[in-house]
Amino acid sequence: MQAIQADNLVVRVGGRKGRDAVNGLSLGLGRGVHGLLGPNGAGKTTLIRTLATVQSPTSGTLSLLGTPAGGRLKPVRRRLGYLPQHFGYYKRFKVREFVEYLAWLKEMPPALIPKAVREALERVGLSDRAEDRMKSLSGGMVRRVGIAQAIVNEPELLLLDEPTVGLDPAQRLRFRELVVELGREACVLISTHLVEDVAAACTDVVLVNEGSLVFQGSPADLATAGTASHVGDSPIERGYSALISAKSAGGAW
Amino acid sequence: MTAHHPSDHLLRRYSSGDDDIPADELWAVESHLETCAPCRARLAPEPIAEAVWAGLSPLLDRTPQMPRARAWRRLHGWVSPAAGPWLAMILLVIAAAVALDRTGFAVGDRVSLVLLVAPVLPVLGVAASWGRSLDPAWELTAATPRAGLPLVFRRTAAVLAVVVPGLVVASLLTGTGFARWLLPCLAFTVGTLALGTLIGVTRAAVVLLVAWAVAIVAPTIAFSRTAVALGPDAAPGWIALLGASLVVLVARRMAFTRLEANR
Repeated sequence: MQAIQADNLVVRVGGRKGRDAVNGLSLGLGRGVHGLLGPNGAGKTTLIRTLATVQSPTSGTLSLLGTPAGGRLKPVRRRLGYLPQHFGYYKRFKVREFVEYLAWLKEMPPALIPKAVREALERVGLSDRAEDRMKSLSGGMVRRVGIAQAIVNEPELLLLDEPTVGLDPAQRLRFRELVVELGREACVLISTHLVEDVAAACTDVVLVNEGSLVFQGSPADLATAGTASHVGDSPIERGYSALISAKSAGGAW
Repeated sequence: MTAHHPSDHLLRRYSSGDDDIPADELWAVESHLETCAPCRARLAPEPIAEAVWAGLSPLLDRTPQMPRARAWRRLHGWVSPAAGPWLAMILLVIAAAVALDRTGFAVGDRVSLVLLVAPVLPVLGVAASWGRSLDPAWELTAATPRAGLPLVFRRTAAVLAVVVPGLVVASLLTGTGFARWLLPCLAFTVGTLALGTLIGVTRAAVVLLVAWAVAIVAPTIAFSRTAVALGPDAAPGWIALLGASLVVLVARRMAFTRLEANR
């Protein structure tokens, strides 16, 4: 069973005068860690929101964890973890309280919540800050709380939108280890624009540009797409710029 | 817990505080002892520990575990975590309206301020409960299985549980009839949610506040007469509005499981 199966997915954003942020995208993803790469405005966030079931697709079919994502969303959402790009939180909550509240919103059995919260905070290395207020945390710690709330219900499908923003290098390394660990049991999709994150942690790369799938394959395959003449400091970066610039030539950035 | 009880030798080393026990074995013994009374009994009897335990165990049975956490969770099962300051502000506005009314201040044709603010108060609370402008965790909440009409109703009920008693006290103090404010208040509450399923709760709140100010408050002040909407004859109109809003709300309830109701 594929955790994500999208066929010819179109997602229109911004009302009637809007644009198709996702434009005829077909994608199948199973267990493992998948990196979602693409330039700004490529439709990464819209795609992740659609997969998180908060944005309805305009056309096309989408099934998540073997269930069509159209009718009853509750069963799928219970098995889903989501970290939005803009992770908003309640400043006055303690770290433990915030993750507990999210666990409640995810309809976890109340008896299991304290233990699950403890474990999630342990995995992101925040056990010692559990009783601190959210407002006392640094940017990187807030991000880690975001990751903790996403994994608290042990999701089978984990969607992380720019999770490494604000993490220092040591935290990024720890994050990659955690993600590799999670990817053994679940389908993890990480949107990022940091190519080195993908090279280090992902088993699979999904490259989107202008709402469409440009490339899907292993990081090694992406590296072979680039030649020495392409822009970039590593083979994967060169492969990235080869595939993106072939699609949208002429863009200054 | 486990069927493997530690050996006598290991227990003796443990109770004598032997430093050479490997860490994993030490942990295993410790966690086993926590749950296995027979093995605790196998430890060399320690009179002080026994006495302390005998005194403590009946107390432990009676002490509720983390009662505050449970009460807290029950509270936020109803009240949106973002709504607290807004609910406090609503009570302040009611108090201010009563105070002004008591000093003889009224607008237009002796219309109490309490009557003029009653419908807009819950609108503020509802906007604070659902929507991206006032709830920082709006996107997280929208993606959870609990998102949807039941959660919206719970949060709205919590707002009304503050607004309605506040207004009851206010109307008793100022002598304003219940029927004159209760129906507009409920109609505006449900109306905000119904309009919210179409254009987003925040926008709906703004639209209704502006509509109330322009259509009711301004004429009341400008022409010094009580608007028909505030009079006793308006009740059927308010009931119709309430009913229509409920129909729209139920028909469009799935909007609350998506981002569209958060605009």
